[in-house]
Amino acid sequence: MSTTTDKPLVRIEGLHKYFGPHHVLRGIDLTVNQGEVSVVIGPSGSGKSTMLRCVNLLESISAGRISVGDQLIGYREVNGRLHDLKVKEIAAQRREIGMVFQRFNLFPHKTALYNVMEAPVQVKGKNKGAAKKQALELLDRVGLADRANHYPGQLSGGQQQRVAIARALAMEPELMLFDEPTSALDPELVGDVLNVMKDLAKSGMTMIVVTHEIGFAREVGDRLTFMDGGVVVESGDPREIIANPQHARTKEFLSRVL
Amino acid sequence: MDHHGGNKAPVLNDSVPVRHPGRWISALVILGLLALMIQSVVTNTNFRWDVVGTYILDTKVVQGVGWTLLLTVASMVIAIVLAILLAVMRQSDNPVLRYTAWLWVWFFRGTPVYTQLVFWGLVAVLYPKISAGVPFGPELFSVDTNTVITALVAAILGLGLNESAYLAEIFRAGLKSVDKGQTEAAEALGMSNAKIMWRIILPQAMRIIVPPTGNETIGMLKTTSLVLAVPFTLDLTFATNALANRIYLPVPLLIVAAIWYLVITSLLMVGQHYIEAYYGKGVDNLAPAVINPAAAKASAAMAPSAAAEPSLMMDDPEDEAE
Repeated sequence: MSTTTDKPLVRIEGLHKYFGPHHVLRGIDLTVNQGEVSVVIGPSGSGKSTMLRCVNLLESISAGRISVGDQLIGYREVNGRLHDLKVKEIAAQRREIGMVFQRFNLFPHKTALYNVMEAPVQVKGKNKGAAKKQALELLDRVGLADRANHYPGQLSGGQQQRVAIARALAMEPELMLFDEPTSALDPELVGDVLNVMKDLAKSGMTMIVVTHEIGFAREVGDRLTFMDGGVVVESGDPREIIANPQHARTKEFLSRVL
Repeated sequence: MDHHGGNKAPVLNDSVPVRHPGRWISALVILGLLALMIQSVVTNTNFRWDVVGTYILDTKVVQGVGWTLLLTVASMVIAIVLAILLAVMRQSDNPVLRYTAWLWVWFFRGTPVYTQLVFWGLVAVLYPKISAGVPFGPELFSVDTNTVITALVAAILGLGLNESAYLAEIFRAGLKSVDKGQTEAAEALGMSNAKIMWRIILPQAMRIIVPPTGNETIGMLKTTSLVLAVPFTLDLTFATNALANRIYLPVPLLIVAAIWYLVITSLLMVGQHYIEAYYGKGVDNLAPAVINPAAAKASAAMAPSAAAEPSLMMDDPEDEAE
């Protein structure tokens, strides 16, 4: 909202994605500046989640480029020719990008504390004491310090999603991706998760948020992008677009979700 | 009548339960049959319980139990290691690995374990010497097959390789049962494929894998009686059969063997219970979230200090495991 800079962190250029014969992304361009909260909305099947998943290579990129910082995602460019990165190199790129899933995907066999500690200890080689201290601080930050020893199965959906946010933050990423983080939650639990995301935005985190929460887009978003049919229909200041959409499709979509 | 709270405790409905005469009748019939059976087993002198008592702790029998246990454990260990490898190979991107694993399962599951045991017993006939060397070049070392593949090794190999094919399918099913979101979450955190498998997928798959593997282990306990085919002649069934042939009393020695198999099976079931409980943590055996509300409140109030001095506040369920 206020921490946005002019330095681009994420550049998506001419992104296409095919699933077999299905052409689901048809040339997406999107730039996200450092500290910006970029909200992406659109009907289901519009390709917004697929675009997000391309950013950390959970989906391969059929055509186009994505770069985060100075890193080209998924490829190395040598003399104008793209070479696929090795699995290890892809893993290294993913460490800089946190992801929060619609269905939380917490590790059910580990307590909240160990969910958060897992990656710092196993991926970064952080020592257990320091990782635990950091994990407890993060759980406190998302309001769940007293749930550290609970298994995901003992937590509500909203609590699980907040643990999942803490788990992603534990890797100290420079970018956070949110894939419909509140869509699987009971309405009364949505607010807690959105509040955590708001705090995160205020702290200056760069975020790409795929969501149906128009209120969140209006209040926290620095940019709102409306996608439909695998293309960006409209993109700009969230308050302007919500108040005065320029395209018929945007207008129609907003009238149905507002 | 106030149905909606108020200060008075509600008057509980003291209704007359439905009667179940069928339950009583079937219970009586079954108990009656059971009593008849016990009476016949106790009073029929042909069972020769005195002989059972004489031989149940016979040195040969107890040693047979030991060998049977060794065969079971050793072959299951080999089978489990191979099965994990085969299940991972089946999921590999490399088609050569995939088809190799498929072929292995096809062959070892498709031929009788008895045939395989006879084969391992005869391997020295096919290959009298085991040697290693450069193909078409000099030989590096050479040993007599019989000194390496003893009857015991042949029995363990025969049982273990055969079992690995069945376990591979069980492990494959277990790995497939874990939600794809788990892999994605671990990938998004930048974990390596090996760590995702060992720390995230396999521990969850074990919940599905353990019960049928317990089944297979108990099956293996009794399949060890086929090692006669190798021939390996120290296991429990062979020992009790040999004694039975010597004293011409097959029934009491069959009972001796059956009692021992039952005892070991029971012990294995106890072990399986604890393994299941371990891998079910977080899913099957969830403790109630908050047992003591006062303690929960206290720990919530102390949360900041918990962050500063975590080891005092938090018990580590995983530290023992690692």
